[in-house]
Amino acid sequence: MESLLEVHDLHVSFDTYQGEVQAVRGVSFDVKKGETVAIVGESGCGKSVTAQSLMRLISTPPSRIKSGAILFRGQDITRFTEKEMQQIRGSEMAMVFQDPMTSLNPTMPVGKQIVEGLIKHHKVSRERAWEWATDTLQMVGIPSPESRMKQYPHQFSGGMRQRVMIAIALSCSPKLLIADEPTTALDVTIEAQIIELMKELQKRLGTAIILITHDLGVVAEIADRVVVMYAGKVVETGTVDEIFYRPRHPYTWGLLQSMPRLDQEKSRELRPIVGTPPELIHPPPGCPFVPRCKYAMKICQQEMPDMACPTLSHRVFCWLEHPMAPTVHFVRS
Amino acid sequence: MESKREKILEVKNLKKYFYLGRNQTVKAVDDVSFDIYRGETFGLVGESGCGKSTIGRTIIRLYSATSGQILFNGEDVSKLKGEKRKQFNRKMQMIFQDPYASLNPRMTVGDIVAEGLDIHGLVSGDKRRETVVQLLRTVGLNEEHADRFPHEFSGGQRQRIGIARALAVEPEFIIADEPISALDVSIQAQVVNLMKRLQREKGLTYLFIAHDLSMVKYISDRVGVMYLGSLVELAESEELYAEPLHPYTEALLSAVPIPDPKIEKKRERIVLKGDVPSPINPPSGCRFRTRCPKVMDVCSEKVPVWQEVKPQHWVACHLYSTSDPS
Repeated sequence: MESLLEVHDLHVSFDTYQGEVQAVRGVSFDVKKGETVAIVGESGCGKSVTAQSLMRLISTPPSRIKSGAILFRGQDITRFTEKEMQQIRGSEMAMVFQDPMTSLNPTMPVGKQIVEGLIKHHKVSRERAWEWATDTLQMVGIPSPESRMKQYPHQFSGGMRQRVMIAIALSCSPKLLIADEPTTALDVTIEAQIIELMKELQKRLGTAIILITHDLGVVAEIADRVVVMYAGKVVETGTVDEIFYRPRHPYTWGLLQSMPRLDQEKSRELRPIVGTPPELIHPPPGCPFVPRCKYAMKICQQEMPDMACPTLSHRVFCWLEHPMAPTVHFVRS
Repeated sequence: MESKREKILEVKNLKKYFYLGRNQTVKAVDDVSFDIYRGETFGLVGESGCGKSTIGRTIIRLYSATSGQILFNGEDVSKLKGEKRKQFNRKMQMIFQDPYASLNPRMTVGDIVAEGLDIHGLVSGDKRRETVVQLLRTVGLNEEHADRFPHEFSGGQRQRIGIARALAVEPEFIIADEPISALDVSIQAQVVNLMKRLQREKGLTYLFIAHDLSMVKYISDRVGVMYLGSLVELAESEELYAEPLHPYTEALLSAVPIPDPKIEKKRERIVLKGDVPSPINPPSGCRFRTRCPKVMDVCSEKVPVWQEVKPQHWVACHLYSTSDPS
């Protein structure tokens, strides 16, 4: 299938007083039309910075895209001017943020906030745009959209605000929706509503979704493919089945083992990943997971492993994949 | 086992109202009763605003109850005075949600951990330092950490400091209010395993307040589910998760995504409609009726009775009402 987005060896750094923080260090992945790709990892692993770089939303300075290419429908958007970016931002690719409380403008009725994008990108009349926006609100499941259009964000609950955010993002029918922890700030029952909504809208509109999350449950529910990130690097990517049933990187094993599951007996012991992620001011030369990895070998500290491809869709960055490495099996308890 | 179990905490018809003025009242906790047995972990779950943290804070007397009783070791906590009050303050401790906001940034970790020791005059001189170091080791930190300040630590380490502080005065009962929700997944398991180990070693009793149902199931012996200020169901954790009775519990459990794509694809979820109503003006009768998929006529008229429908399994729902006079 055709790639909608290709990210090649992306490096993003922040210049701080303490030095250069290398938040994203050579990330590559692709997103095909209409599929859902989840990017998972812990806080500080660079998943949000990656997402914001795709939209060119990171402010320069302090941050900058050091190298790499982001091909969106074949065009490298890292070379786009701000004006060119504005053409596609919102209309071709749109974003839903984590915190629905702070990402809407509190001084503007929500209707006006949806209409803004429509008028800018589609050159339609205010009346037409208003109708269009009302339909979009209806589509995301907000009851009595006509009157809701005139209300302010504080009159909406958290879940409703996230629906408004999704309405704004989808109003111009983008090809790609980037959702950065869209349900993290919400309660479980509301999270279930938003996930259902995103699944349904994707089926209807055929939008590709990049979902950024740390919740593997949400990933299992909605993703087609998964990108696992650690300390600014991709450590493993594959289809959702490969990542959950045939994971090959010790960090992915650690993630799967450290989470309790609702459908399991509680006698199963949680196996946490010991230690904490490295500082990205002085990233280690080798694999960043070494200090927390119980299978670490001498080579792991010295050099980053090459990419291994167990299957066509599965990519792993681990020295254990080397033909001369000892065989280690993952046991999912 | 049943007969040996000793109640460490009894909460009876607890109410906590917050008055907002203009005759508006938030009924944050409305008529809640439950017991906690010595040595167990009691989990309290519910969505934001359901009153679970208010219960924790009322039990430890950070808030005073509007009405109702809280008995700790058989004594009413609101009536404790003088030496007994001091004893109570020592025996009950709390771990807070936000590891960034709950440690004084101007104190060294050593002083933070020792504050309780100083207040209660438990140790002094050389022994003080020794005790602090011992406590830090217990939670997986070391001696050199005692002279540092909180900002030098990561979230998981700060939560360990919070645990060490709580342990310093040798409490019997610890209220953990969302102790892991601010932490990353891989760090959450570290803190939970630490809490479990400490419980085994020191015979602690926990009230574990959280919204993460998988983690609550993992750590708790019994679980209470709250909705809009009331307990709707209480049971042993395995039973609650295997056979939820209240429609809210059912929906809540079904909303939790399971990290297993094959199960997820087959699963039928109950997706609740709408949002939690405002606690200022809650629905009449059963508070869950506005979102309940199994709502009946009686639900808007009468408040369901809190009753034990099976041994050790309590529920407040008209579907299980047997003693209704009508």
